[in-house]
Amino acid sequence: MTDENRDDPDNRESNLFNALQEDRRVFLKQSMAIAGLGLVPAGFLKAAENEDLPVGDADKIKLALSVNGKKHRLAIDPRVTLLDLLREELGLTGTKKGCDLGQCGACTVHVDGQRTLSCLSFAVMQHGKKVVTIEALSNEDSLHPLQEAFIKHDGLQCGYCTPGQLMSAVCCIREGHAGSEASIQEYMSGNLCRCGAYPNIVNAILEVKSSGQKV
Amino acid sequence: MRPFQYIRPKTVKEAVDAIASDPDAQFIAGGTNLIDLMKRGIVSPGKLVDITHLPLKKIEDKSGFLRIGALALNAEVAVNKLVLQKHPLLAMALNAGASGQIRNMATVGGNILQKTRCTYFYDASFPCNKRSPGSGCSALEGINRTHAIFGVSAPNNARSCMAVNPSDMNVALVAMDATVVVLGPGGERRIHFADFHRLPGERPELETNLERGELILGVEIPESAFTKHVHYLKVRDRASYAFALVSVAAALEIEDNKITAVRLAMGGVAHKPWRLYEAEKLLVGQHVSDGIFLDAAKVAMRSAVASEHNAYKLKLAPNAIMQALKAAAGI
Repeated sequence: MTDENRDDPDNRESNLFNALQEDRRVFLKQSMAIAGLGLVPAGFLKAAENEDLPVGDADKIKLALSVNGKKHRLAIDPRVTLLDLLREELGLTGTKKGCDLGQCGACTVHVDGQRTLSCLSFAVMQHGKKVVTIEALSNEDSLHPLQEAFIKHDGLQCGYCTPGQLMSAVCCIREGHAGSEASIQEYMSGNLCRCGAYPNIVNAILEVKSSGQKV
Repeated sequence: MRPFQYIRPKTVKEAVDAIASDPDAQFIAGGTNLIDLMKRGIVSPGKLVDITHLPLKKIEDKSGFLRIGALALNAEVAVNKLVLQKHPLLAMALNAGASGQIRNMATVGGNILQKTRCTYFYDASFPCNKRSPGSGCSALEGINRTHAIFGVSAPNNARSCMAVNPSDMNVALVAMDATVVVLGPGGERRIHFADFHRLPGERPELETNLERGELILGVEIPESAFTKHVHYLKVRDRASYAFALVSVAAALEIEDNKITAVRLAMGGVAHKPWRLYEAEKLLVGQHVSDGIFLDAAKVAMRSAVASEHNAYKLKLAPNAIMQALKAAAGI
């Protein structure tokens, strides 16, 4: 921020808003981390290592799963979906909650390499599985080729469906269903975009597919 | 959502026993329909028995039939070499259903058992004889655009239901004369696919003839020569990822332009996958032609009855039958 616009009321407001947003995110993440610690007593972490089954009652079930390469041992209510586990317990808010009823695809993540709707999966049923979310798609230095292509082709407007679109697009290519416009349209049909960026999303996927880049 | 206990038995027997000993328990596999229903409060089991780790995933070529395990995923079955080679109609129907994500999660057993998508069934604020027997059918006087035209119970009946079975896979399986293998507390039994699902009759709350506590182990599809002339046609409101308004599974055996065997079934038109036996009978022994396909479609529609908003199906359904037969025959 420069001195010139410091006193501009509009700018001040938006800066304040940004600061509040930042604070809110940090607060959410910190409080989740604290809550997460509280849930898992030390003795229990050890116990979970030796168990091959999730066990517990209707209140808390112990489970172990890997998320983006990191192992987690948790105790959760069996009603918690994988989506809510990711967002509310682990602070991974990149995966979006759209309809929460399996109709929009915004919550798409990879479970053991397959694209899956995290809103229609109970977290306890993911015991021992490897989950990958949008947070792990890029590495620290560069975006994933599909992320680059989505930017280049304007494959988004509001961006809310984009994490799900990207996770789904990776599998669409890996499954071998990205060979033509028609095939992409069919195999990406589980991801809705209410801004209507479909043609640009298809172009982005086609470009990455035909470039032969590893996804 | 009501709190529930979660258990994960290690054997098929333990799973069946767990359900038999607790009237409030339900099996869960892919969860793509059950979790949706639980979120909306339409079903609320006190215990979930997770069967996803049971050894019921195999697709095996047995003598005389192909056996598909109940826990084989829809996506796996649709690309399986044996399925593509012996029963391509099944792969076509599976690929017409749901989305890439849901096909990765949904199992064959769960697909067979999926509930109707009647919007009144899913909205607990409306009366529904299927959800709450005796409360009335909201679709009778409501928006019944997607509802049944075959096998609908009498409209004045306090137990009426005009919901349709939503599965594409079921339409292919009924056409292919599959058998469902189930295991209950009393042992194993086999149910012919055409007898597995029910018409609403006086008990619309019952969608299948599966007994309480029985677990589907798999489906068996008899060998057939329906490998070349097959087609699955699905008509829906959007090009993909929508339930069928009308769908048709057509399989023909043709020798010297003459139909020697035929299977025809429809989806989106009845409370169960709807086999068109009379149309099949008419086609056997006939030469392939537009005319005979039109006759078959007319015969198939004889018992159809329309309601206020679904009269379009009386035109759409025979056109879809014609189209599917022509595509299967390659004319």
